[in-house]
Amino acid sequence: MPTPQISAVSIQKSYRKGELKVPVLKGVNATANKGEFLSIIGQSGSGKSTLLHLMGLLDSPDVGEVRLEGQRVDNLPSKTRDELRNRVFGFIFQFYHLLPELTLQENVLTPLMIRHPIWTYWPRRKHYREMALEIIDQVGLSHRLKHRPSELSGGEMQRAAIARALIAQPEILLADEPTGNLDSETGGEIMDLLHRLNEEQQLTIIMVTHDESVAASAHRTIRLAQGQMEQVENAA
Amino acid sequence: MYKYLLATRYLRTRFIALASIISVMLGVATMIVVNSVMAGFSVEMKDRLHGVLADVIISTASMNGVADAHRWMDMIENIGGDQVEGMTTSVEVYGMMTFKYANEPITRPITLVGIEPRGKASVGPLKEYLGSYQDGLRDPNSDPNWELTDEAKEYRENWVFRGSWEETAEPNWPEFEETSESTTTTEQTDSETPNFAEGTSPAVTPPGNEIENPFLVEDAKQQTETDPTAPHKGRAYIGHGLISYQMTDPKTGEVVDRLMVRPGDDIQLSTVNTAMPPGPVSLGVTVVDILKTGMSEYDSNLVYCNLDYLQDVRGMVHPGTNVRDFTTIQIKLKDYSQAGELVKKLKAAFPPDMFIVQTWEDKQGPLLAAVEMESAILNVLLFLIIAVAGFGILAIFFMIVVEKTRDIGIMKALGASASGIMSIFLSYGLALGIVGSGVGVALGLLFVSYINEIETGLSWITGRPVFNEDIYYFSEIPTMVSPWMVFWVALGATTIAVLASILPARRAAKLHPVQSLRYE
Repeated sequence: MPTPQISAVSIQKSYRKGELKVPVLKGVNATANKGEFLSIIGQSGSGKSTLLHLMGLLDSPDVGEVRLEGQRVDNLPSKTRDELRNRVFGFIFQFYHLLPELTLQENVLTPLMIRHPIWTYWPRRKHYREMALEIIDQVGLSHRLKHRPSELSGGEMQRAAIARALIAQPEILLADEPTGNLDSETGGEIMDLLHRLNEEQQLTIIMVTHDESVAASAHRTIRLAQGQMEQVENAA
Repeated sequence: MYKYLLATRYLRTRFIALASIISVMLGVATMIVVNSVMAGFSVEMKDRLHGVLADVIISTASMNGVADAHRWMDMIENIGGDQVEGMTTSVEVYGMMTFKYANEPITRPITLVGIEPRGKASVGPLKEYLGSYQDGLRDPNSDPNWELTDEAKEYRENWVFRGSWEETAEPNWPEFEETSESTTTTEQTDSETPNFAEGTSPAVTPPGNEIENPFLVEDAKQQTETDPTAPHKGRAYIGHGLISYQMTDPKTGEVVDRLMVRPGDDIQLSTVNTAMPPGPVSLGVTVVDILKTGMSEYDSNLVYCNLDYLQDVRGMVHPGTNVRDFTTIQIKLKDYSQAGELVKKLKAAFPPDMFIVQTWEDKQGPLLAAVEMESAILNVLLFLIIAVAGFGILAIFFMIVVEKTRDIGIMKALGASASGIMSIFLSYGLALGIVGSGVGVALGLLFVSYINEIETGLSWITGRPVFNEDIYYFSEIPTMVSPWMVFWVALGATTIAVLASILPARRAAKLHPVQSLRYE
């Protein structure tokens, strides 16, 4: 069996709530191969978002390892993890999480602005802007370039968030309830977009959802309940 | 890159940032205005304090003076001749001045200084302080001397022939006639009365005028015999404050100066002679000019009279040799910064039991120190204003960090490092500081350059003068902007803004991305 692109090995994680230690994940394994569309499903509080955050290096596990191409990454220095987040992972959130002060185009450009210091960004800004235009066009928002997030609809914001995740040319896309805040039609559009990306660009996608129908469209589904894996299903 | 974009974007979109900018701006503007005015005041003050004082003053320990100025002046020439621009001797002594006003004798304590006008002018400003030059009654290029101006002569003659003048006078002084009832005119009439010194006025010979001064009496008698309008041998420039008073004009409501003695009048001076024990001497002098230095300390104290006459009267002339005594040598230097060194050398050369060698700053030391202290304390207090602005920024930034918690989480998720997040807020603080102090500097400089117009406006609004010219003697508020002061104020304010943003920035950097994203 080839090394999976990303794997979480026997992850344990608990949060402190005052004096109390609340276990969230109690030994979870998850892997995704290149080009795979993995969905993690579970009820609220099942720890699915935490698992996603851990795999995306937003947090570090108490016990267990996160491996990228077989190499352990969760214990790397924070600078390196910041770098990995910027280059390897693309994030999509339930609440879109766009920066309200920036226009759509600027929001899409943020990962590149974060990656490059001003002296390397500035000379190439035209090139980057064209890149952004292309990707925005891909998600169908070219008519909204100069708009602020507050002037966009939910679906448009989520598409902008996807464009932002894509501009960094990530290897793995981590989506946290991408359709959770959208009506079923717009949600469907977003899912179509994700599938298209998965197929056309061989992008690995790990998606967290509580919606069975959304999860069903993935290649494989991990079911979490109370911090433990219930089952792994392969899509038909 | 994102740091700068966000910092500038926050600056533009956060309304609350405006509050920080305004507080920095006000602090900076106030500091610049106050510093400029203080600097202007202290320069002007220094100027006035320096005023009648020469750069270096060598005074004798005794008021009776020391003989042979030439020998001492040669010595100074030998010690530091290349640095000396001008030198003059004078006699300084305390005395009293008496004049008649509204038929009442008025007596004032004075410092009587015998000078030689041309010599005095060579060691410091003199012409600038004399009323006749200020009013353009004398040729500005002429040297100051003891001659009466034409106006003063005419005034004097008019009053010597007073009797005939009064009889024949046509009403060519209309205001005199019309308002003869009012008090103002009465005072005017009084002030028109020249105060003939008792010695010369033939009409008045009060008892007790058998002065111990043979010179004066003899001299005066001679003059009255030959020409009644001729001035005394003794001449004087009197300090403006000694012979004037201020009153509010009942018609216009303005404060005006009234002179009780005018050039051409005679007054009586008394001081002591050099005998042992000292005896009183009186000298009748004709007022040649009014001295207006702008420093009340001098104006209400100083009377200059002709040196040789004062020496004669005080008995400071050695009978056989005709060598004259002096009490002060005043020296003007080519370069004042060398003064300390020269004073040191002079102190070594002049016997310390006979002479006191001082720079003018030594003489006015306490006053100068007070001015400096005042501005130092004021600066400390004003800097507290900016410190307050700094705490404002601190509080506002904490608010912004809390408000931006989610955005910080997003940026971290997108790969921003902790130091990157921190520098967003630091550059935000820097931007606030720069914008605030930039606008503050502009505002402050604008205020300073229009300060007198603003003062006029304020006076007009409040109906009372904000800046009373009579108190300060300055016709307008003096200001002096030093570029370095502006630079340091702006830099200080910016530094405080950055310092105030450090704490919130650190907090922002420490935020945990997952926790900050979870808030919804």
